[in-house]
Amino acid sequence: MELTFPNILLENVKKYGDKKDAIREKDYGVWQSYSFTEYLQQVKLFALGLTALGFKRGDKMAIIGDNRPQLYWAMVATQCLGGIPVPLFQDAIEDEMHYVLDHSETKFAAAEDQEQTDKLLNLKERCPHLEYIIYDDPRGMRHYKQPFLMSFTDVQELGRKFASDHVDYFEDEIKKGKKEDLAIICYTSGTTGQPKGVMLSHENIIITARNAINEEGLNEKDDVMAYLPMAWIGDFIFSFAQAYVAGFTTNCPESTATVLADMRDIGPTYLFQPPRIWENILTEVMIKIEDADFIKRTLFHFFVDLGTRVAIRKMNHEPVSLGLRLLYRLGEFFVYGPLKDHLGLSNVRIAYTAGEAIGPEIFEFYRGLGVNLKQVYGMTESSAMVSLQRGNLIKSDTVGPPLPQVEIKITDKGEVMYRSPGVFLGYYKNPEATQETLEDGWVYSGDAGFIDKDGHLKIIDRAKDVTTLADGTIFAPKYIENKLKFCPYIKEAVAIGMDKPYVTAFINIDHGAVGNWAERRSIPYTSYTDIAQKPQVYDLIYNDVIRVNKSLAEDEQLKGAQINKYLILHKELDPDDAEITRTRKIRRRFIAEKYADLIEALYSDRDSVNVQAKVTYEDGRTTLINATLKIREVEVFS
Amino acid sequence: MALLEVNEVSKDFGGVRALNFVSLEVNKGEILAIIGPNGAGKTTLVNCINKVYPFETGNIYFDGKEITRLPSYKVAALGIARTFQNIALFKGMTVLDNIMLGAHPKMKSSVLSSGIYWGLAQKREIQYREKIEEIIDFLEMEHVRKSVVGPLAYGIQKRVEFGRTLALDPRLIILDECMAGMNLEEKEDMARFILDANEELDKTIVLIEHDMGFVMDISDRVLVLEQGRKLAEGSPEEIRKNPDVIKAYLGGSADGKGPSPSKGEP
Repeated sequence: MELTFPNILLENVKKYGDKKDAIREKDYGVWQSYSFTEYLQQVKLFALGLTALGFKRGDKMAIIGDNRPQLYWAMVATQCLGGIPVPLFQDAIEDEMHYVLDHSETKFAAAEDQEQTDKLLNLKERCPHLEYIIYDDPRGMRHYKQPFLMSFTDVQELGRKFASDHVDYFEDEIKKGKKEDLAIICYTSGTTGQPKGVMLSHENIIITARNAINEEGLNEKDDVMAYLPMAWIGDFIFSFAQAYVAGFTTNCPESTATVLADMRDIGPTYLFQPPRIWENILTEVMIKIEDADFIKRTLFHFFVDLGTRVAIRKMNHEPVSLGLRLLYRLGEFFVYGPLKDHLGLSNVRIAYTAGEAIGPEIFEFYRGLGVNLKQVYGMTESSAMVSLQRGNLIKSDTVGPPLPQVEIKITDKGEVMYRSPGVFLGYYKNPEATQETLEDGWVYSGDAGFIDKDGHLKIIDRAKDVTTLADGTIFAPKYIENKLKFCPYIKEAVAIGMDKPYVTAFINIDHGAVGNWAERRSIPYTSYTDIAQKPQVYDLIYNDVIRVNKSLAEDEQLKGAQINKYLILHKELDPDDAEITRTRKIRRRFIAEKYADLIEALYSDRDSVNVQAKVTYEDGRTTLINATLKIREVEVFS
Repeated sequence: MALLEVNEVSKDFGGVRALNFVSLEVNKGEILAIIGPNGAGKTTLVNCINKVYPFETGNIYFDGKEITRLPSYKVAALGIARTFQNIALFKGMTVLDNIMLGAHPKMKSSVLSSGIYWGLAQKREIQYREKIEEIIDFLEMEHVRKSVVGPLAYGIQKRVEFGRTLALDPRLIILDECMAGMNLEEKEDMARFILDANEELDKTIVLIEHDMGFVMDISDRVLVLEQGRKLAEGSPEEIRKNPDVIKAYLGGSADGKGPSPSKGEP
């Protein structure tokens, strides 16, 4: 069988027919399911409808919206016809969308609802290639009369008519598909410059997905939640590719507000999430526990500490005494079990964190609870997975051994390079960037790392970001930032120190967590900017910076990288302001430029600095914020 | 023919004449706002239409049918639904149950069968559950559908009340100060839902409101009451410039310039 997603779909339909759900969506409070047979039928009608509208092999279909079965059907229907899906982030603003749509020469767009449709309608004139906009949820669009705007079901109607005259067209088109054909063009969020379109073939993704599935024993009995951006390669591998290859069911929640409740309904067995989601869950738990009564709080903190200690011992293959094991069992009864149940994690057999480095403390927290959390390393260019922690060797600060068929080597400069069947075919219409990154099938990952004694890959940071302080001490900002972010009150942090005499940090407080903390202490506040500058909040954060400094002091190499001063930012770093990417990665160069005077103040004698920042709201309006940011010095340990 | 005709209605509370021969018409498909100072008689007028109060003079026609003598539950069954200024939800019931109650006049089953939740009563409730879910989807309340109403935020409670009016599938919805006590974001959401209900669900809407910004933005026509009397009637623009209205209610300087609508209340 030629290795393409449409072929796998046909195989799955033969295997499971209408006896198994391929995909479910919670709508109107009820889980609506589609068996494999129904799934195929929906895809076929849509594909034929597209053909009737003039879809040709090689055409691109933009996909934009929350995870919905219709959008997944649009993706695979496109592939059946030899086309290429180009997913976009649903919170992308018009300029970002314009770049991707125009650069990829997209002709068709599948939008979830009115919000996305409106953005596309505004862009249509600037995107000469765009011919049709197809929407799923008609709400609010009753009076939209454009001829090029059609509903998903309208397109399927066209498909039904087309099918009667062209009985075998759909199957014939699928037969034309080859494994080297592009399955998707995934635009990376770009910490520098414009996004690049990563071209991935069916073969790239299917082999990578399959290798991971075989290593981990995933199968058709698993259940996953699909709620991460469809434009993220992680979601594509996880809720689409692996769902196809293993045959498990994908569940789409009702709305972003109900994800947790829906997760409890389904009880997924397999989870794949970026670190920030793991962090957010931890922060929420920590806030809620503070509101609980004394007994619950004491039990919680005692057992969480215990769990973490046991998890660390297990990871180090140290023996766990009988006493500890018994206490751990008690912990399962009192704390871990109920907590996992509340978070919908009770049935999770395998959980991955991927996309960025996770703070070791957060990793240990979940392992302590008994969640089988493992680290995955990869990037869009590698079909998401290069290395994967597995078996009984789990460590909190590595990303595991390479996947089968993946080769890794480290350059003299310490950059990680890899070669595998999952390596991308190149950047779309960008041969220069392709040449810089891809050489003989080897990819320059751009990450600094090494292989440790157990054969695990260890990633330090983005190669460009690993620098030194003025005195030569190694400075790996992400490592310090992750340590800071373990604190529930810190949402984001930027460590600064390249070529500087000492390390300093910008801190973003977590509005929810700190607001809650302030309310419990009867500290009044008005806005984010206001609470961020309260002296009590500075004190609160001070304790955590001290914690991080103590931890850094324990490592000879990192002693010199302790944080000497910090300030709390007046506004949250936001992708709409281009300070971080849509997947929440920090754009260091941009921030260094934008906040140059803050950085200058941190390295002077001043104890405060004025800032006036332009902030862009969601609807495009901009405004100026004025604030005086205090600078706090921190004790450094030897 | 107007959907609702109120002719020369007067209402007395003892010696106080709250409404003084008030007449108005509501056209099908429009959004009519009733504004005026506190005590002008706005809620009294609505209570008369709704038959919460009997009234002294005049008559009221709904879609050509006289409703002057009908009791309030029959008026509701004809298709007039309303919300209450101070929220009249069952605080101990869930959002879902509260909204489902709105459909009660349409669910015909005997007391016995409703009491045991069997047979026809059960079938009807399942049928209506789907309709209610559509309303919950329309008002974006999925995340609170099973929550008890009491502890919910004020803005959400107002939305639930609005949902309850929709459950009746009425032709006319009267909203009594539905924006009161809400912040800007909640008001904008509510305004959008009102507009959607008007445009997508073909509901005729009467609003009693104090927030001038919203009144001017979303209503088709505005009616001004003062001390039980109709002071003026017309388009938002006309009302904004009307000197009597400005003097009585909107406020403004001697040269007759009123406040600009987008700044909200005077």
